[in-house]
Amino acid sequence: MSFYEDPSFFILLAAAIVPAAVLGCTGRRIKPWGLVVSVLFLVGLFMGSWEGLLLVACYVPLTFLVSRLVLARVRSGRPLTAATRLVSLACVIGPLVIYKVSTAAGSGILGFVGISYITFKTTQVLLEIEDGLIESLSFIDYLYFLVFFPVFTSGPIDRSRRFMADANRTLDRPHYLDLLGRGIVFLLIGAASQIVIATIFKQWYKPVAFDMTQDVWSQLVSFVQVSYAYGLYLYFDFAGYSLMAQGASMCLGIETPANFRLPFLSHSLEEFWDRWHITLSHWLRDYVFMRMERSLTRHRIPKKRDARAAVGLVADMCLMGAWHGLTPQYLLYGLYHGVLLAIEQIMTHRWRFFRAHRNDVGMKVVMWFITLNLVMFGFSIFSGQLFTFIGGIHG
Amino acid sequence: MADKADVEARLLDEIADICGDDIVREKRDVDLFEEGLLDSMGAIELLVAIEEDFGVSIAPTAVPRDEMNTVDKICAQVLKRL
Repeated sequence: MSFYEDPSFFILLAAAIVPAAVLGCTGRRIKPWGLVVSVLFLVGLFMGSWEGLLLVACYVPLTFLVSRLVLARVRSGRPLTAATRLVSLACVIGPLVIYKVSTAAGSGILGFVGISYITFKTTQVLLEIEDGLIESLSFIDYLYFLVFFPVFTSGPIDRSRRFMADANRTLDRPHYLDLLGRGIVFLLIGAASQIVIATIFKQWYKPVAFDMTQDVWSQLVSFVQVSYAYGLYLYFDFAGYSLMAQGASMCLGIETPANFRLPFLSHSLEEFWDRWHITLSHWLRDYVFMRMERSLTRHRIPKKRDARAAVGLVADMCLMGAWHGLTPQYLLYGLYHGVLLAIEQIMTHRWRFFRAHRNDVGMKVVMWFITLNLVMFGFSIFSGQLFTFIGGIHG
Repeated sequence: MADKADVEARLLDEIADICGDDIVREKRDVDLFEEGLLDSMGAIELLVAIEEDFGVSIAPTAVPRDEMNTVDKICAQVLKRL
């Protein structure tokens, strides 16, 4: 059973929401029911590929054990050694890395549906334990956070402290009814976005190879049109899915964060990553970029601030690309955005004229237009359209 | 322990330096991220500067952005930890 695709999923989702609504409306905690249905949905998800379910069943207790051991060490007041940090991180991200590398090499091992998203969550918990931000961790809370079914396969990526506060609260009736109502609206809008609008744009996505014998200009125009069709398809598809995941979460009393905020209105690429796949880019910002930048800044490597920022941005975005898959199109997509962000960072920091006028209407329109087209060109890399197009030149 | 006014004055110098704009000295309750004065890179520079000057270590996700986005809020977060 595929989540948010198969009709059976939607029927079971409706059935799962009814008891949740009864619990919510009578002022009871939804968590026990939420945990039970999450486990049942996972069984449905892995129906027929039981090794996936077995991997989840091993991964969750293993990472819990590692996290608890690190927590005990932190709480004892003894400093964490580099070896402890490294080994615990390897346990948490190891399966995902092995899966991605082995997939690139030909046949993926250790993979299961949702492995990426569960890894984001386990890593966040581990890093925040090391930082002393998480002071206690119960297995039930940890399990519920990881297997919460509305977001299991494709996010949005929630944060444990926020999730657990939601899961362990009891809402009064008006508050829950408000959440339930919004949740149902989100489910409906999300479904319309993904099933109707995204499908329309998808049929316009027809990448073609460049033809030396035809008019160059018209081929470039149609290249741009196809990249826009793909960008809009991807947006309505993923934003629609994310809205449904948010809606289903809300019905279970969890206010999963939003993943998209009108990304095509951005005036800069930095703003774009604040509006596009927000929970992924913010996760990378908080747990990769900022941590890496902190070490670089402490040691003043490289010496110049702009160079340090550039190194961090390129590394961050390359990791984002690699996470999508170790293929040329995704790696190039990451590099493309990393380099653009680095250039933009230097421009914002150094170019006085731009700093002084960036809030002027004219400048905003220009920046919006440039940003939108850079984003759409990025999608032509991401989708493989650019490679198909260039392939025609070589014949 | 350094007194409050001294800590605030030193922090203000650091924030003005990182933001590259003296306007932060006047408008102490303006949202630095919204105004484009501070971004993730600036935030890290600030956290490291606070670490080096005051010996106060604040993890990147320790404080939600909306609790550390103005000069006054930054001062409060540092003073709380001294």
